[in-house]
Amino acid sequence: MNSPNALPTAAQRWGDVVLLLLGILGCWALASWFFGPTILPGPFSTFKQVRIEVSDAEFADHLTETGLAFGAALCISLFGGMAIGLLLGARRLAGDVFEPLLLALYSIPKIALYPVVLLIFGLGISAKIAFGAIHGIIPMVIFTMTAIRNLRPVHLRSIRAHRLTAWQAAVHVLIPAALPEIVAGLRIGFSLTLLGTLLGEMFASQRGIGHLLMRAIDRNDAPTIVALALMLFLFATAVSLGLLQWDKKLRRAA
Amino acid sequence: MTALPGSLQPAWLKHRVVALRLLVIAGCVLLLEAGSRLGWINPVSFIPPSKMLLSAIELLVKGSFKTDIWLTLSAASIAVLLAVLFGFLFGVILFKLPRLRRVLDPLLLSYYAVPIFVLYPMLIVLLGLNRWPLVALGFLFAVVAMAVNTLNGLERVPAVLLRTARMLRMGRIDELRLITLPASLPFVFTGIKLAVVYSFIAVIGGEFVLSGAGFGYQIAYAYNNFDNPTMYGLMTLLLLFVGTINLLLHMAEQRLYQRRVLKELT
Repeated sequence: MNSPNALPTAAQRWGDVVLLLLGILGCWALASWFFGPTILPGPFSTFKQVRIEVSDAEFADHLTETGLAFGAALCISLFGGMAIGLLLGARRLAGDVFEPLLLALYSIPKIALYPVVLLIFGLGISAKIAFGAIHGIIPMVIFTMTAIRNLRPVHLRSIRAHRLTAWQAAVHVLIPAALPEIVAGLRIGFSLTLLGTLLGEMFASQRGIGHLLMRAIDRNDAPTIVALALMLFLFATAVSLGLLQWDKKLRRAA
Repeated sequence: MTALPGSLQPAWLKHRVVALRLLVIAGCVLLLEAGSRLGWINPVSFIPPSKMLLSAIELLVKGSFKTDIWLTLSAASIAVLLAVLFGFLFGVILFKLPRLRRVLDPLLLSYYAVPIFVLYPMLIVLLGLNRWPLVALGFLFAVVAMAVNTLNGLERVPAVLLRTARMLRMGRIDELRLITLPASLPFVFTGIKLAVVYSFIAVIGGEFVLSGAGFGYQIAYAYNNFDNPTMYGLMTLLLLFVGTINLLLHMAEQRLYQRRVLKELT
């Protein structure tokens, strides 16, 4: 009960990060050696493969497609989720009625419903956006709603005292006060939106990173699969850790 | 994300909320039914909910998808079992070795940021196109949630209980059996619940994207053959099944937490 409570110094933290990275690379190299480089390429050849993939002329198109779909889906998740969360958080009864429904939606395998999305939106980018947004919006709603409900009563009293309109109250009081929770929700919403968009591309799609992954499976092209997976891993982890830092900073300030 | 314990609300309010919730669900279903029957939405791509239910019952009576349901269930069950077992052990190890935990902490925090399905192609290459990549995917998706919740539970064992154990000179096994496990049970159970939920999502998702059998595969197959009644019937069955499991787990979980709160109050 001593070391986890004592905050590690910056040097120790960096030491831990290096240790973790070395550990991951070591496990990876070992696994690659065990399974053979044709089944699981090792770290070094994967880095080379990443460079080959990125310099491929088609890659930029696929990346743009995925980026556009993901960006649009994330915007819908963020702003739509915040709006619905504010509404449900401010109206106690509505929140009570919808909360279990949201939790139920959160935990069903939504991938099985993708054909419905495809039937409604047709094949193309809008189906991917919709599917990404469906994944990402629910945690945003839940986190925003919970944050608004748990606000200190003084915030609500000051809204009444200043006779703010609903819009003013949301922009000047509710959202700033709930920001740490919203960022925490965005962290989960971000990864789920990415998951939804990629899943949408892996099924019945002709463009995007998910499509590249599926094509690599068809061609039994292990180096490409591992290279793409590595890029997605790095991207998702970097953004997630960045949001985590922001969240921590906000909480310390609050 | 946990709601207020239900017992703190007056009874009539609780019932009103439940009634309203049912009303909302019924309203949505009726709206879809009317919209589809009256042609507001394309009745070919979205069949009325009543037809979905009929199709689901028909599929169940005919039993044509028995083997697929069985395959999905067995894959998800193996994944849950493995994830709970290894996740628990992993959680205990992390609790006992704070140094290891500090190193792995960034990994645990960002684990679920990575769309785990990108691993599925790699798993297929490693294990072959059979049921094992699905089990592995479910396991990988679930095991960290189990470990993190186990760790959380072990950390929250009240210090007074541990002092009591020391005062009574309990052995290591007795302390685990009588103090640590019961006190951390609600959190461990949350881990088990998440393991079940995540395993199902991963297994069905994997089947849907690429496999030769199973519930998810049959939905994708029906979609590719424009067989909408079968597709919606399968979806209805799936949602009812997963929804029921989740509801039961959620109820059991709430009960555990409430019992713990009551114990702490008295």
